[in-house]
Amino acid sequence: MLKVSINKVFPGFRVDISFEFERGFLVLFGPSGSGKSTVLNCISGLQQPDTGCISLNGKLFYSSSEGVAIPARIRRIGYVFQDYALFPHMTVKNNVMYGIPDRCKKGKGYRVGALDVLKTLKIDHLQDRYSGQLSGGEKQRVALARALMVEPDLLLLDEPLSALDHINRKNLQMELKQLQRAWDIPFVMVTHSRREMEMLADEILFLEQGKKRTYVFPAVRSRGLNLAY
Amino acid sequence: MLEPILLSLKVALAAVIVDFFVGIVIARTMARKEFPGKNAMESLIILPMVLPPTVLGYGLLILLGKRGPVGNFLLETFDFQLIFTWWAAVIASAVVSFPLMYQSAKAAFAGVDVTLEQAARTLGAREMRIFLTVTLPLAWPGILAGLVLCFARALGEFGATLMVAGNIPGKTQTIPLAIYFAVESGDTDGARNLVLVITLLSFATVFWLNWWSRNKLQAWKKGGGCRAESEHQ
Repeated sequence: MLKVSINKVFPGFRVDISFEFERGFLVLFGPSGSGKSTVLNCISGLQQPDTGCISLNGKLFYSSSEGVAIPARIRRIGYVFQDYALFPHMTVKNNVMYGIPDRCKKGKGYRVGALDVLKTLKIDHLQDRYSGQLSGGEKQRVALARALMVEPDLLLLDEPLSALDHINRKNLQMELKQLQRAWDIPFVMVTHSRREMEMLADEILFLEQGKKRTYVFPAVRSRGLNLAY
Repeated sequence: MLEPILLSLKVALAAVIVDFFVGIVIARTMARKEFPGKNAMESLIILPMVLPPTVLGYGLLILLGKRGPVGNFLLETFDFQLIFTWWAAVIASAVVSFPLMYQSAKAAFAGVDVTLEQAARTLGAREMRIFLTVTLPLAWPGILAGLVLCFARALGEFGATLMVAGNIPGKTQTIPLAIYFAVESGDTDGARNLVLVITLLSFATVFWLNWWSRNKLQAWKKGGGCRAESEHQ
């Protein structure tokens, strides 16, 4: 269970939102500048809210009243960035292995092998390439593999498909959904594409100007999707 | 003739090492952190580039001299006289060439995408590991360029060195000093030979830097890491 309640003030703009989310695929939907990325950054620990409380499966990550702020590096939250953020000076293999502590590289302590993840995402043949030698879709898969390798308890995706062409986007949408089902950890994805939202969401959080809106989209209603509260 | 050459190389190399460590710490801080008085501090760091070396030499003399705070401390505590040793020449060269290292390194650090560091953070890396495995390797071309310029500048340092290290043959007499005093004493042959040596050395250094930044650096930026052209795009 992900519990989020955050309040953060920017010059001329304020994010004030709270929601709970159990499992599946949560889509944060809304126009640019509605505070979606801020929410992701606060959950991951890359940004701190001014006040509020964030916890995942009973583990407290942030609480302004209790003075708790767990650093991003020990939250075990995977993050796929909008522009992939692959390390350009490392091969695909080294990128993917970056999050695995040396003591675990011998295969102990981790359930999944690197090769399995690379195979699932169909990028095992790219291991020795550098990110400058990859197409957009391949970069996206590598970024996903890298985030999943650390066996996160939650995966955050910031507009992961926005830089891809139509066909790639469609394929990856399907795979994201399958991946979520296979890993069975909550995925929280930011998008401003309504199509993506309708394809992927189990639950939807509609953001506008930093606030939660309770508007139910017709397509969502017909599929019986829930809004996160 | 060999002595001043070897001493110059030794002093320049030591100055580069000092500038490297001080430079990456200060440049990294200045590239990423905002604090009150940052502009003033930045100006202070760049100042050695525009001030006459004699001014810096004078300042260092006040600081490092027997009665200066640092010089006095070293003398009293360790019985070590800094002034008029080759260490003083290293400090003079390091101070004069520091702005070159600083500017290159700061631009290089500022050019590293913050998102990459954040990605490393979400992957569980500590700040030191992030710096050593992500920030430093990506900023390396710019830092290396700064180091090479630093080396060339340190090699040619004259004014400040003369004031704090003096002109002691075999001890503090670097190439530029040896040239000046050779001309003074009418040894034009000796002066000419040293002029040729330092000109060639400096030319080779700057030439290599230009060649490297045109070829290797471009490939580095394009391909990521040390790879050349991208094959697949």
